[in-house]
Amino acid sequence: MIVPAINKEPRWIKPVLLFLALVFLAVFIFIPLFTIFHQALGSGLKVYFKNLMEPDIFAAIKLTLVVALVCVPVNTFFGILLAWVVTKFEFKGKNILITLIEVPFAISPVIAGLLFIFLFGSFGWFGQWLIAHHLKVVFALPGIFLATAFVTFPFVARELIPLMQELGRDDEEAAMTLGAKGFQIFFRITLPNIKWGLIYGVVLTNARSMGEFGAVAVVSGLIRGVTTTMPLYIDILYNEYRYAAAFGVASLLTLLALATLIVKTIVEHFNSVRKI
Amino acid sequence: MGIKITAAKKPRSRGTGLPGFGLTLGLSMTYMALLIFIPLSALILYSARIGPREFWVLISDERVMAAFKISFLSAFIAALFNFIFGLVIAWVLTRYTFPGKRIIDALIDLPFAIPTAVAGIALAFIFSPNGIMGVFLKNFGLELAYSRKGIVLALVFIGLPFVVRTVQPVIQELDKELEEAAASLGADFYQIFGRVIFPSLFPALLTGFALAFARGLGEYGSIIFISSNQPYHTEIVPLLIVKKLLQFDYRGASVIGVTMLVCAFVLLLLINFLEAFAARGKSR
Repeated sequence: MIVPAINKEPRWIKPVLLFLALVFLAVFIFIPLFTIFHQALGSGLKVYFKNLMEPDIFAAIKLTLVVALVCVPVNTFFGILLAWVVTKFEFKGKNILITLIEVPFAISPVIAGLLFIFLFGSFGWFGQWLIAHHLKVVFALPGIFLATAFVTFPFVARELIPLMQELGRDDEEAAMTLGAKGFQIFFRITLPNIKWGLIYGVVLTNARSMGEFGAVAVVSGLIRGVTTTMPLYIDILYNEYRYAAAFGVASLLTLLALATLIVKTIVEHFNSVRKI
Repeated sequence: MGIKITAAKKPRSRGTGLPGFGLTLGLSMTYMALLIFIPLSALILYSARIGPREFWVLISDERVMAAFKISFLSAFIAALFNFIFGLVIAWVLTRYTFPGKRIIDALIDLPFAIPTAVAGIALAFIFSPNGIMGVFLKNFGLELAYSRKGIVLALVFIGLPFVVRTVQPVIQELDKELEEAAASLGADFYQIFGRVIFPSLFPALLTGFALAFARGLGEYGSIIFISSNQPYHTEIVPLLIVKKLLQFDYRGASVIGVTMLVCAFVLLLLINFLEAFAARGKSR
């Protein structure tokens, strides 16, 4: 019998590695997932929905949706612009720019929140001006929007840039020589090509803007029913030992995370199909 | 900043005549300036007004130094765990077939996708002395929750996908002919692994390690639930910043914030360098 040379791997290695990997994943992925839903639904569906319909919790869910509704479209728009300028043109400082896009990822979310405190807080650059005009940014909704936009800024551009780099610009240039205008080129040529990457970028932006904790915690001021998003409310409920309610809210965010992973798998499938 | 100058000078775009250069560059630069650069400079300039002596007094404070030590050490240990287990998981997922593999592969990214507060309460609940894992580990005299070990635990969770996802494609592209050649020359498995496989994985592993480390340094949400948050003992840097803000100690908060910013930028540079190094290492 001819044994492929590659199979020099000792027999014990596969089962041992498989066992190690599965135990590790069980502890860090499966048990937490199970726990979240078990604790959320442990006292039955009726209690589950009663918890979620509590006025303050419901307000938190609503606020989270509003934050996403503001931040996702804005960041999607500017993410596309950035990806376009970086992949379709050559200019000085381009590589620095590509690196700088990642800055919000490199910074701790708490620091991201801190930045806006130092800009709009009472002692910050615009602090006195804002007070004089009876405007509130920090410890109010605008601060939450800004902090969330900051931490979710890179997602769309980061998904699109490698994709658009790989696609090149031949198609667009061909369309242009045929007389297509800017928006025609984008909507007819570029957009269909980057559709899947864009969808994943948007989904990631959405998941992070609904789930951000550190940055929002710093700028929120934690006014119940007004500036508490879902993740912040999980903290409040957990510290009040209201585990079923805390995990109830957590289960909604977990469903969002699982949906994100499903979208990712689909996108990868379509992208690999197209490459072949 | 250099970027703004190039934007204002309206540099020539070479190579293509595609439309929209000025508009897209101008708009996206404006947005980045408003959202990122101006807020960053607000913090930096605020802390720059603090003299170097006071800066040093504030940063060398015993409690601040303890927090830095805890943050760096925990992030390092957690990244080390992920270095090892990330390699094992990436190896298992690329080289072996087993039932449920595709689902597991998709779930590896869960720590990326799940909000940190959710991960925090789930881990704290599981590893608390009465939780599923807590009860089990108590039999071995191990108490993970509400201690420094809890911080590491949360950071292992947060950092796992970084190593797996950077190493996985490299394992996939490993040149099997090299392994076969080594085997036909009489090398045993350990020699092949040590001399052929591991060296080609090492740059990617290092990148994953650095990414996990950087993320661990800044992590806040998941840790505060599972750590007891005691000064000098389990207080991480981001938590200390939040506490200083709550006490209106803005000078203290800005000094720590700027120091963390510098660390983040150094790590970002290092990661970029490692990625370039890893890309060169690949024989493509």
